Amino acid sequence: MDCHDAVVSLERVSFSYGETRVIDRLDFRVLERDFVGLTGPNGAGKTTLLKMMAGLLRPTSGDIRLFGQPVRDFRDWHRIGYVPQRSALNPLFPATVREVVESGLFGRRTMFRRLGAEDRKKCLDALEAFGIADLAGRRIGELSGGQQQRVLLARSMVSRPDLLILDEPTTGIDADSQEAFFHMVRHLHEKHRITFVMVTHDAELVRAYLGDAPVHESGRLKFYVRHTHEADDCAEADWSHTARPAGNPA
Amino acid sequence: MDIFYLDIFQRALLGGLLIGLMAPLVGQFIVLRRLSLLGDTLAHTSVAGVALGFLAGLYPLGFGLAFAVLAALAIEVLRRQFRSYAELSIAVMTAGGMALASVLFTLGRGFNMNVNEYLFGSILTLSRRDLWLVAGVTLAVLLFVALFRKELFLLTLDEDAARVAGLPTRALNVALSVMAALVVSVAIKIVGALLVSALMTIPVAASLSVGRGFRRTMAVAVLYSEGGVLTGLVLSGFWNLAPGGTVVLTLIVMLMATLLAKKLHGRFLANR
Repeated sequence: MDCHDAVVSLERVSFSYGETRVIDRLDFRVLERDFVGLTGPNGAGKTTLLKMMAGLLRPTSGDIRLFGQPVRDFRDWHRIGYVPQRSALNPLFPATVREVVESGLFGRRTMFRRLGAEDRKKCLDALEAFGIADLAGRRIGELSGGQQQRVLLARSMVSRPDLLILDEPTTGIDADSQEAFFHMVRHLHEKHRITFVMVTHDAELVRAYLGDAPVHESGRLKFYVRHTHEADDCAEADWSHTARPAGNPA
Repeated sequence: MDIFYLDIFQRALLGGLLIGLMAPLVGQFIVLRRLSLLGDTLAHTSVAGVALGFLAGLYPLGFGLAFAVLAALAIEVLRRQFRSYAELSIAVMTAGGMALASVLFTLGRGFNMNVNEYLFGSILTLSRRDLWLVAGVTLAVLLFVALFRKELFLLTLDEDAARVAGLPTRALNVALSVMAALVVSVAIKIVGALLVSALMTIPVAASLSVGRGFRRTMAVAVLYSEGGVLTGLVLSGFWNLAPGGTVVLTLIVMLMATLLAKKLHGRFLANR
């Protein structure tokens, strides 16, 4: 009996691109309050696996369940935040930071209705939480890599998801921003009751937070997991406190 | 200058302004989805419909509209078939549309059709019925963009995110292509099939270089488009030039001026 429910269950999941099998009969479960770090060389199927978890790709065979429901019947998509690789973002796209963050609220539930005062408040909270409120009117492409990453994270968090799926979030951002970023996700994991699945190349982070040994391997994929039982008692609505490493109040 | 007082010119002007309003609204989504060539494809197939309409002795513009809509649907299907070469479907349809049109036009030589009118546009042929059709399509486009503004924005910014959010992305994609087909097919009579896609792309290209947010970029694109249409149609009436070509050249001049002004402004700021 597990202490927490499964958020994602993968049962004998395989995926092939044409003749090439990328993922082969993978069994794995992500429990609520897990932080799963996924590593592996290029082409090992990391992004493919994340896309299957987010419902973007269908497995060639096998079953995927999200919050206990088969993925094809799953409708509560607002419970899932997905942050694709930053390179997926068109740098010339004419959108302000505020517009991008607001778009995190768009979904089936908000079709045919305008965003209300409450939605705008949520958006403002997220902008402030990630320390980007002063950039709200700037065009997304004008920002630095670290700032763009915060915008994408704010977008995925604005609907307050229970599961956050991140694809190489720190690629191409400077070391300071990376450190601040990890500080933030670690805090969100421990104190804000969010489950994480994250693809990363950062061996340092993996060792520091998730330990030396993977709990599971499949093909060339390695799964590092840290489960927390810390009280999710952070009363601060301002998530930006999480973006500042200790001793660096800025 | 008497032409400006003619009913027919005023109709063309009104029709042109309606087209100038809706073309960049749809165009901004199309351009940002990297589908700028879609307009050309739809226009080419639409001409085939027009030719068939003439041959059958039925309403050519209506036939053109139906053909363009069918082409939009076919492209969506083909795009999924040739997933790794999505632009192939566009290339095939563009050629196929024009090939069919040219064959139908030569078949109908005896019908005394004015091909040029549909290829290069004319301000002297927009009938009252045509204007009603343009107005109807404008209404449909405005409603569509107003109703699905949020969803289209997310679809354009990040299709994966739109799918994870549970949006019906396939239906939205098809609807967007159909809207583009409607705009293109009613615009060809004034602007001409060979140039119509420029109305969806050039104003957007200009506004992309100055606009900040999405909404403002869209508003600026509409201003550019209306400016180009108004200036172009008046000039073409004045000097008896092809309206489509005059409008498109006006828009290109506006785009160049914008890019130049932006560059000079940047230099000015750097030297200060």
